[in-house]
Amino acid sequence: MKTFFNDLYKKANKGPWPLIITVGLMVIGSITVYQSPRSLGAFLTLMLCPMMIYFLKINTKVKIFMGLLLAIVIIPVLGIRNIFYLEVIFQMAVFAALALGLNIVIGMAGLLDLGYVAFYAVGAYSWAIFGSKQLSLLHSIPGAAPAGAEFSLSPSYFWLFLFLGVGLAALAGILLGLPVLRLRGDYLAIVTLGFGEVIRVLALNLDKPINLTNGPQGITPIQRPPLPPGFILEPIRSLLTPIVGHVPTDAEFYNVFFYLLALVVILIAIAVATRLEDSRIGRAWAAIREDETAAIAMGIPLVRMKLAAFAAGASFAGCMGVLYAANRTFVSPETFSFLQSIGVLTMVILGGLGSIPGVIFGAGAVVILNIQVLQNFSLYLSALRQSDAVIPIINFAWKDLSNQLDPAKYQKLVFGIILVVMMIFRPEGLIPAERRKRELVEDKE
Amino acid sequence: MNKRLLALLSVLVLASMLLAACGQPVATEAPVATDAPATEAPATEAPTEAPVAMGTIKIATQSPLSGGQSLLGVAIKQGAELALEQLGGDLTAMGYDVQLAPYDDQATPDVGVANAKNIVADTEILCGVGHLNSGVMIPSSEEYHTAGLAFISPANTNPVVTTRGYLEVNRVVGRDDVQAPAAEEYAFSTLGAKSVYVIHDKTAYGQGVAEFFRTAAEEDGIEILAFEGTEETANFDAIVTPLVASNPDVVFFAGIYNQAGVFFKQAREAGFEGTFLGTDGMDSSDLADLAGDALTSGGGMAYTTVAGPASAYPAAATFAADYEAKFGAAPEAYAAQAYDSMGVCLASIKAAAEAAGGTPTRAQVAEAIRAVTYEGLTSTIAFDEIGDLPVAKYFIIKVNATSKDTWASNEIIASFDLPSPGK
Amino acid sequence: MKQFTSNPFYKFILFPIGQMLVFILGASLALSLFIILLAFLFRSNVTDFDLVERTLLILPQVLINGITIGFVYATIALGYTMVYGVLEFINFSHSEIFMVGGIVGVELMAYFDHTGALQTMNQYVVIGLAILLGMVISGSLAVTIERIAYKPLRGAPRLVPLISAIGMSFFLQDAVRLILSLTTGEFNVILPNFGTFDEFLILAVPGIENPLRFQIKSILLVGVTVIMLVGLNYLVNGTKVGKAIRAVAQDRPSASLMGINVNLIISITFLIGGALGGAAGVLFAIKATRLDPFVGFFPGLKAFTAAVLGGIGNLTGALLGGLILGLLESFGASYLSIFTNGAFGAEYKDILAFAILIIVLIIRPSGLLGQTVAQKA
Repeated sequence: MKTFFNDLYKKANKGPWPLIITVGLMVIGSITVYQSPRSLGAFLTLMLCPMMIYFLKINTKVKIFMGLLLAIVIIPVLGIRNIFYLEVIFQMAVFAALALGLNIVIGMAGLLDLGYVAFYAVGAYSWAIFGSKQLSLLHSIPGAAPAGAEFSLSPSYFWLFLFLGVGLAALAGILLGLPVLRLRGDYLAIVTLGFGEVIRVLALNLDKPINLTNGPQGITPIQRPPLPPGFILEPIRSLLTPIVGHVPTDAEFYNVFFYLLALVVILIAIAVATRLEDSRIGRAWAAIREDETAAIAMGIPLVRMKLAAFAAGASFAGCMGVLYAANRTFVSPETFSFLQSIGVLTMVILGGLGSIPGVIFGAGAVVILNIQVLQNFSLYLSALRQSDAVIPIINFAWKDLSNQLDPAKYQKLVFGIILVVMMIFRPEGLIPAERRKRELVEDKE
Repeated sequence: MNKRLLALLSVLVLASMLLAACGQPVATEAPVATDAPATEAPATEAPTEAPVAMGTIKIATQSPLSGGQSLLGVAIKQGAELALEQLGGDLTAMGYDVQLAPYDDQATPDVGVANAKNIVADTEILCGVGHLNSGVMIPSSEEYHTAGLAFISPANTNPVVTTRGYLEVNRVVGRDDVQAPAAEEYAFSTLGAKSVYVIHDKTAYGQGVAEFFRTAAEEDGIEILAFEGTEETANFDAIVTPLVASNPDVVFFAGIYNQAGVFFKQAREAGFEGTFLGTDGMDSSDLADLAGDALTSGGGMAYTTVAGPASAYPAAATFAADYEAKFGAAPEAYAAQAYDSMGVCLASIKAAAEAAGGTPTRAQVAEAIRAVTYEGLTSTIAFDEIGDLPVAKYFIIKVNATSKDTWASNEIIASFDLPSPGK
Repeated sequence: MKQFTSNPFYKFILFPIGQMLVFILGASLALSLFIILLAFLFRSNVTDFDLVERTLLILPQVLINGITIGFVYATIALGYTMVYGVLEFINFSHSEIFMVGGIVGVELMAYFDHTGALQTMNQYVVIGLAILLGMVISGSLAVTIERIAYKPLRGAPRLVPLISAIGMSFFLQDAVRLILSLTTGEFNVILPNFGTFDEFLILAVPGIENPLRFQIKSILLVGVTVIMLVGLNYLVNGTKVGKAIRAVAQDRPSASLMGINVNLIISITFLIGGALGGAAGVLFAIKATRLDPFVGFFPGLKAFTAAVLGGIGNLTGALLGGLILGLLESFGASYLSIFTNGAFGAEYKDILAFAILIIVLIIRPSGLLGQTVAQKA
């Protein structure tokens, strides 16, 4: 099996094939998505495209050109035709950034953080509190919105908070890290899990004595940064109108805007992560991960390096949190549950601990699985259930199928199976990091 | 040498086409064979530009079909499904293929919003029915609002749902800022309560109702012994102990039945003798199974609701029978409201289609909903300028049941028609 | 004296029970004194005894609640601590083993209820059967999980089996939900009403205004766990199997050289830990009256906290940790709202447990009774 794929990979990399495959996929994908904007298969075809661009051997300049074409032209245009795709890609980007951050903590420094989503919450709530009317509601009952409440900051402060979110989350990471980083790995896992819960419970309960988070009601509306001014936007709007088939609305532009913003954050995150990995800090993390005692002996400042890992990982999440709050215009504590932390962990494990392309792939795969494949499968089953169809052979009427069987409800089951199976059969992940691959293979022998 | 690669590519393309077919829910008349959808589906993928006359119209539902509140969520979906089956005839006669697109919001805002984006992206969906939880409805309706897609809520009582004044958001039930004072009025006047212990479930809904109740109680001079929120679902010792010690006349629980039932039972066991009071979240026969005797012993238990039992609506008798025949269980709360919501959707789409002389746009449907006067099972439905019923029904129901089977023995001890407070 | 201490009756029954009594009394007294002191300090003025009165009024009940839940935590914590002692690995899926035991027990009682046998059978026989079934199912489930998800990972880096355990935990939650939904259409399991467990034993104590009220199910819960704890103590300290378990815990390779079948002993450890978790699940179900597949998460986490608090790997420590945590939680949840006048309430009780965990780990990472274990890489 493995040799088959290796052969295939080698053959696909010969002569003009890489170009043919990628261009072919891009054209086929774009046309099918354009023609049938609600088809999952068409979307997946298009999503194969960036993977092929990444993996096949093509001239780097061509690669960059194709990537830009896909990211800046094709996806926004198709996304305005069906904003659900932009939502899916936006979520992929958000989770990819989270996974990259968690990857620094787990994959590079070897510290298992089960409460990672707490830092995401810190970022989201920082903009939610200052970017909404919440500050003028500090002394009113949660849920009641008295007239005269005003936004405390102008929406342009969003840009400042994008950086503040990074700082606040990093600070939270250091504050958590200081007391607990002396702990052994498995203790650390449980303590971070507890920390994740603490942040959620605080968000849920800090509506008294001072109404800071509005409790379970969540904070809404949260301001969005202003769109580019009309003289830039209007030409784009009139340019896009014939292509997408209708006049794009501001709401659709906002979706594109957040998608592009998330893309920029991802690119920065990738750059930072790559640079870190090969830097002195990155090598120190690897040393700590492999053998703490030896690392100390080599003169690596253990606590400082661990704190750096926590802070660096947290900052990605904080930045995405701010972005998320503005995109949704709503935050509530339910978003930051333990399940989310495990979801991000699953992405990292599935893609490959320590592997940057791996965790991005993992994020994409899990998001598509979660909000597209499982949901679509549920809808499909429900359509079958409404019909008079019968499974042949065993003569089972679809409408007798229990309502409880909808695959969309079994996220935890899917996450659980992925984690266990990956750990047993392929602990290095689907797209393993080179270094990690060597280690794990050695371990086994 | 390159044949293998070609083979692989063709397999990939085939697989994606198959997935494409799966992604497109098959039409109601899907043929039996399981491989058929693959060849059928591309034909149903209608082009999205200017809707072709007499195409497919879908109506979405969003409610929790899984999780602890699925009993009520499934009732909403099934009520809507029944209405579509019974009342969809008009549109079918006009040549439309009318379908239900049920979504599961899992009672979680995030899932609700993601689903909402999926719903608004499906141009065949012209109207929607949902949600169960106000905490999910409020963020999701921002998406409906930006996309201009009208939604009718069969169950959301939080005032904020309509007070934002969106054209697209309507509800066929009353509001918490009327319901909670009604409950307080009952506690104050009928039960003569001097002190009350307020507990909520730390959800947008529960906390909202509890705050309105507290405000009303303070105005009447009832002593509020405590105002607590809890996420606990199994062991309520820590809350029950101070509660029993302070011996309130009434315990007001703002939350959902699956938590409340356990709490009532444990509070009764620990020696609380007063009356339990709840709101429409209690309205499920499962409550009786969970709490058992605790509901009738001591001061008993009563709840206010915006959705009376089927017996409260004379027009709903055949509905209840049909529902039971189709789904094998008596309709839970909100099933009749969901039936009416779907009825309003269908009537408005029809009106809009007739006015437009073809498939209407979402905006036309949303306008038609505000203009329609619809004779529903639960009341005559006509929305005011923010999407509320100008006058909504509220009930106070005393629980006589101690198990699921006797849930129908609960009696309506009061019902009011109260005006909406507006914005 | 020496003869007396080596007497098995003393060593395996009297001593552990005495130890428990000391723990309970000590922890209760310390916390009661502390809270009364706080009440005196926090009252609004010197002549106002309202706060003190309110504190004292619920104090006995708060103590009883704390001890009851403390024993549940202790029983679950034993499962964590035994596995940790032998494998140095946090069995994250233990909370689901606990949940499965509870659900199986309730389903058995519901089955008896369905056939009509429930009302005619002796209530203690029913409970006994339910606990037994819960123990058997949970024990075998634990062994199965170990074989499938942990055994292939022995010798892998530390985090690998932990992640596998987290995955197992998530898998089990939804798998149980799937099974329950398919068979009953719902996943709430509700304890049928039977017997006299809801009633109270009322004990009037001279000098105290309110009589003490002991609910029969609480007494049952404490009684059964005490019996199990004593049994476990005998098993680990008084039998050959116990000796083998201790040997494997101390040094696996050497134990293997001494002719101990290490794999078998590890399986037995999981079996015992799982069975204890299952029994705790059934007892918890009797107390809570309603379970769902997600109910194990918080008790599991708190039990783990208890195990760490007492010193993970140490059986007595798990008991002490469970009791202290149960009491602290009960005190915190009941008094927080009284002392802060409603500004903070019972909703912070889960935070309390984590705060304790963090504080303990910072000040004394080896727990109250644990020895300092050399850190292994």
